[in-house]
Amino acid sequence: MAAILNAVWILAAIGAVCAVLLILASKFMYVPVDEEFPKIRECLPGANCGACGYAGCDGYASALASGDETAINKCVAGGDAVAKALAEATGAEFADVIEQVAIVRCSGDCNTVKNKEEYQGLKSCAAAKLLYGGPSMCVYGCIGLGDCEKICPEHAIRVVDGLAHVNFRACIGCGMCVRTCPNHVITLMPDVERVIVGCSNHDKGANTRKACSKGCIGCHKCEKECPAGAITVVDNLSRIDYDKCIDCGHCQEVCPVGCVHFRDFRGAHTHPEGTR
Amino acid sequence: MSKIFLILFTLVFTENYVLVQFLGICPFLGVSQKFSSCIGMSGAVIFVMTLASAVTWGIYQALMIPFGLQFMRTIIFILVIAALVQLVEITLKKFMPPLYKALGVYLPLITTNCAVLAVTILNIDNSYNFLESCVSGFSAGLGFSLALILFCGVRKSLELAHPPKCFEGLPISLIAAAFTSMTFMGFTGMAENMFGG
Repeated sequence: MAAILNAVWILAAIGAVCAVLLILASKFMYVPVDEEFPKIRECLPGANCGACGYAGCDGYASALASGDETAINKCVAGGDAVAKALAEATGAEFADVIEQVAIVRCSGDCNTVKNKEEYQGLKSCAAAKLLYGGPSMCVYGCIGLGDCEKICPEHAIRVVDGLAHVNFRACIGCGMCVRTCPNHVITLMPDVERVIVGCSNHDKGANTRKACSKGCIGCHKCEKECPAGAITVVDNLSRIDYDKCIDCGHCQEVCPVGCVHFRDFRGAHTHPEGTR
Repeated sequence: MSKIFLILFTLVFTENYVLVQFLGICPFLGVSQKFSSCIGMSGAVIFVMTLASAVTWGIYQALMIPFGLQFMRTIIFILVIAALVQLVEITLKKFMPPLYKALGVYLPLITTNCAVLAVTILNIDNSYNFLESCVSGFSAGLGFSLALILFCGVRKSLELAHPPKCFEGLPISLIAAAFTSMTFMGFTGMAENMFGG
């Protein structure tokens, strides 16, 4: 009987001492948790894409909660809806989010671009890139093994004929594909623009031509014809100054290789048929 | 002194908790996917095992032997370790935020982990003194880290391998764990020869 009683009271005593210690510890070493944080975190989509410049949604939310960050329009993936919710939660003034879309700066599919080697390894652009810069003769272009397709949270990217295509109506502009692409072919662009140069090749025209029939050869034709003077050729590649561009689409008509694309690039947030 | 080294060598290699004694398999399979989380978990395990060894040794000698409560050790140790880990977590959160960030997520995971409980009980079974208990806790944690980090490397190569469809994921990881464990059988008998134990 004594043994049982001993066991009971010693266990109870140890439990009580632990409890008292823990209570004291939580009293004296209480770290105040920002009450704003969970409220703000709830507004964010939780994609952890990093488009805001912070390491995930938690990072952005804690920066907003602590007051280090005041801009509530940094969540590109969430668009205006999230910015509105954030404005309500923080009491800051609503600011418009500049919605972005991912643009594949390459037009060369397997019919237009030539291969210098046959690649039979792992089905990943990053792996193919390690082997002599990729199988294609153009080392600037899309490798087409679909690393971006795999990482896209909205399944907005499809690789067709060895070239990544973005379904802009599903694209939320998070930029995960941009960071994944080993050739940096994909870039983000405000989705209000209408014209893009679909090529990244900086080689001289003749060399570009040998590798791909749709590559920008730097012929300056668009530069001369552009009524707004918005296009310049830098390092054998056309570049559009969107501050000057008037969205006329004339460059697409004059481009001899067809690497300038004029169309509606509005993404998931702003397109009337968008998914968000 | 040679006993200290014997304990260290034995628990890291010949009687590795994970790969030879099959304790703590849950975190071994759970957090071995990413190297960064391996490091965090290893740190937490080493820390908690050493601390738990020291505290339970004290409680065993001071409370349980005088009152003849040796049969209650499992329950009392679980209680003490759980409270201890909680206390450490609160302390770290207050005074060492960077360390809390590195270990924080993993600390509660190992509160009543079987490897942590085993190290405290085996300390008693082997009738270690205070210093030996602490070393035993530390080296058990070190052995756990070694197994975890090695297996993390194995899993990294598993990601690139193409096993048959039905083996993908956990099944092939378990088979790989078995192979890793078999390699550690090569250490059998080494400790006795090295330290004449």
